[in-house]
Amino acid sequence: MVTAMAKKPDLLPGTLDMLILKTLTRAPLHGYGIALSIKHLSDDVLTVEEGSLYPALQRLLLQGWVKAEWKMTETNRRARFYKLTAAGRKQLGFEVSQFEQMIAAIGRVLKDAQEA
Amino acid sequence: MNPNPFTRFVKKLSILFSRERFASELDEEMAFHREQVAKELVAEGMAPEAARYAAMRQFGNATKLREQSHEVVSFRAETVVQDVRFGLRQWTKNPGLALTSIVILALGVGASVAIFGFVDAALLEPLPYANPGRLMSVNESDSTSPRWPLSYPDYLDWQRLNKSFSSLDVYSGTGYLLRTSSGAEPVQAERVSGGFFQTLGVQPMLGRDFYPGENRPGGANVVLLSYGAWLHRFGARRDVVGQSVDLDHESYTIIGVLPRTFTFAPSGNAEFWVPLNSFSTHEKLRTFYDFWGIGRLRDGVTVRAALAETGAIAKQLQLQYGITGRNLSASVVPLDEVIVGEVRPILLTLLGGAGLLLLIACVNVASLVLVRSEGRRREIAVRGALGATPTRLVRQFVTEGLLLAGFGSLAGVLVAVGLMKLLARLVPKDMAANMPFLAGVALNAHTGAVTAAVALMTALLLAATPTLRLSFQKVRDGLSEGDRGAAGRLWQRLGANMVMVELAVAVVLLAGAGLLGQSFYRLLHVRLGFDPDHLATVQVMAPGTVYKSDEQTAGLYEEIVRRVSSLPGVESAGLTSMLPVQCNCQIDGIQIQGRPSHGEHNEVDERHISLAYLSTLKARLVRGRLFSDADDASRPGVAVINQALARKFFPGEDPVGQRITDDEGGRPSVWEIVGVVDDVREGPLDVDIWPAEYFPINQTQDHYFSLAVRTRHDPGSLLPLLVSTLHQLDPNLGVSDEETMNEQIGGTQAALLHRSSAWLVGGFAAVALVLGVVGLYGVIACSVSQRTREIGVRMALGAQRSSVYKLVMGQAGWLTGTGLAIGLVSSVGASLLMRSLLFGVQPWDAVTLGCVAALLGLASMAASFLPARRAASVNPTDALRAE
Repeated sequence: MVTAMAKKPDLLPGTLDMLILKTLTRAPLHGYGIALSIKHLSDDVLTVEEGSLYPALQRLLLQGWVKAEWKMTETNRRARFYKLTAAGRKQLGFEVSQFEQMIAAIGRVLKDAQEA
Repeated sequence: MNPNPFTRFVKKLSILFSRERFASELDEEMAFHREQVAKELVAEGMAPEAARYAAMRQFGNATKLREQSHEVVSFRAETVVQDVRFGLRQWTKNPGLALTSIVILALGVGASVAIFGFVDAALLEPLPYANPGRLMSVNESDSTSPRWPLSYPDYLDWQRLNKSFSSLDVYSGTGYLLRTSSGAEPVQAERVSGGFFQTLGVQPMLGRDFYPGENRPGGANVVLLSYGAWLHRFGARRDVVGQSVDLDHESYTIIGVLPRTFTFAPSGNAEFWVPLNSFSTHEKLRTFYDFWGIGRLRDGVTVRAALAETGAIAKQLQLQYGITGRNLSASVVPLDEVIVGEVRPILLTLLGGAGLLLLIACVNVASLVLVRSEGRRREIAVRGALGATPTRLVRQFVTEGLLLAGFGSLAGVLVAVGLMKLLARLVPKDMAANMPFLAGVALNAHTGAVTAAVALMTALLLAATPTLRLSFQKVRDGLSEGDRGAAGRLWQRLGANMVMVELAVAVVLLAGAGLLGQSFYRLLHVRLGFDPDHLATVQVMAPGTVYKSDEQTAGLYEEIVRRVSSLPGVESAGLTSMLPVQCNCQIDGIQIQGRPSHGEHNEVDERHISLAYLSTLKARLVRGRLFSDADDASRPGVAVINQALARKFFPGEDPVGQRITDDEGGRPSVWEIVGVVDDVREGPLDVDIWPAEYFPINQTQDHYFSLAVRTRHDPGSLLPLLVSTLHQLDPNLGVSDEETMNEQIGGTQAALLHRSSAWLVGGFAAVALVLGVVGLYGVIACSVSQRTREIGVRMALGAQRSSVYKLVMGQAGWLTGTGLAIGLVSSVGASLLMRSLLFGVQPWDAVTLGCVAALLGLASMAASFLPARRAASVNPTDALRAE
């Protein structure tokens, strides 16, 4: 019980792609940067199982929603930076609206259940 | 939203080709990530080593992630490989089944591809001439016979008057005695008009074509060699052009060699091609028809228009020259139809038979696959329960179907290649010369495409059958212990339907084979009117330059008969201008003296024979007498006629003493009938007997004749002696085609066509019968094993063994009966389609159909008796304990 409580919540299935796309709206980032960004923005609530970023990034690349480019970091290391494409921006909008609809629906159900 | 699948495909493809870069970049990226995490942890005060491990832990299983990334961009090739490996492993577990399936498929695919190879070469490939579609066979015709040759004067007029053809040429077969170092040898040759090769669009590969003047009367003696003659007789030397050859004791200059690809089916094996520039007396006559025409249609002229124009020309010439007795017209038919016309029905029949065999093979293998999928129900159910998606399961079956079809078709290609070679070799040389397309029978683009199509269809069928069954099956049914689910019944029904199709197809093939076999039997037992056993025959050609006078030729006849008759074992010997059972050619138009002529054209076979010829054949004399020594050139002409002639022209009268008249060699001649013989079959086996007249060879003088010898011993062993005897008599004699009479008859076109079709369709039918019966056995055996428990219960409740037999045999009987009924109805339809191949038997011949039904019924009962016995010997306690 204790361990279960202490464990941070898993990402909702299917939301990882959306989160990645969102973090890329501000600036191109490398994989580690994306993981950090998600962690910080969610106040350490959402932790990506870091490795699972990479298959997801490949999927996004294949769909044409992000583009990848090898660049130098501030510390002069070579890293692959991912950049949102126009199609990716559109997809993000679509996923966000889907997600909001779902959250709203879940919220209504929960509220209803509390009132009953 | 949906990204373009094509760009995705292109991306995947580009990654596939830079797989290593993809992997190294991914590794670098992931390593970078871990380093950054570790760095941060170190900054927070962790020991470097510990930080590195922590970073790795936090990152997750790198190998698995790498695989996942690969999977995103890969083509699922890996799972395909898995399926293939699994499918192959399934085979090794049950090699008998896989092998059986492949053999069956190989037979079906092989037979149909091989037969298609012939159909393609004969009916689909264009003839090896320039623009062959515009080449027509142009000839005369009248109301009684649709196509016969032109006379030379008619040809010249047609050529001058017509506007439909850009060129019109004629050819006429002939033979020469070629002088070689070892004596004289008869060779086939063709006389052609000057533009013949230009009309076909064929150029000599060496030397030149005929010059314009060379085909006019009095033109030079020049000759073009066929490629075969150049190769075999002149050692393929390029300097033969300009040399001379001796044909019939005349010198001909070789002006060129025809290309290797050149064949002209109507000329058979003709080796020497000479221009038409000298004519016999007959050939100058307007009513001596011996020149076949070919023409090239002008652009824009239809066959119909050309026919109308030439028909009008023929009528105009008939009026102009007062030709009576015929209603002359023209025949214009595409050349390829003339060349392949007679093999078309046989090839289409064989193709149909092979197609049915393929169908039955596919159905059989499909039901084998179905049986196996039945045994794999639990495996499928477990895989489904463990999370295999339906698509994944279907893909497994599709893969296995593709594998079977692939291997089966590959083996089929091997069978096809072998079969094509075998079949092409079975065609005798003489006939093969008339079928130039045989050389084109091989695996080529067309046959390859057909093989691919057949393989694809087979694969689809084999993949679809178990898939169909899979989709009806509930996973839970499969997992539960019993085998009593609805799926079992469904399979039974599907399997049973398949077996009915197989049996029906087998009936169609068996009935076809039966009818063709009967046709062949009837053909060989058609009334000949003579005794073909113990007869040896040989063709003789006497050079006209040596045997010039009637006395010399008559002396030769006499000497040949005398020498041959004295050979050991020889009973008698006779000469004829043409052996029996060949063709209704060398015909004569006759009138009966003393009867008003209404211009009717009475065509009869004309044969010139020596004294003892008819008695050597053992033809029966009905009235009057045969020829005697006294009937020589110095005496009035005499004739013996056959009964068909007597019936047709002298009904109710005594023909002996009557006189018939004809144009013999351009001279009106009169022949007194001295005898009537029973009908000797002069024409082909499958044609009604024609009226025939026999004149004494001493009164006609032929330089080209056949010798028939009756011997007490084996005629085959006499042949070499005959040849050497003739050569001893005169080395200048051309001697060829030494054969026994039975070989001669067996080698005729009618016999060959009927024999080959009967054997091939018979072979197909035998395979079909075996496959159908094995299929039935499979269904019944499978059903018995599924119903073991039910049978056990029945017997425990008191059912007798006999009623168990009844149960099983009843099911088999129903299947067989339905299959038979469908098959019998279809076979009448199929036989009607191949009516042109039947001889002396009706498509609905009750005996054949009855025999087929009985054969299939017996075989089916035997096949179902084994499982029935197994069912009846079920021990009720064992069967119930198995529950």
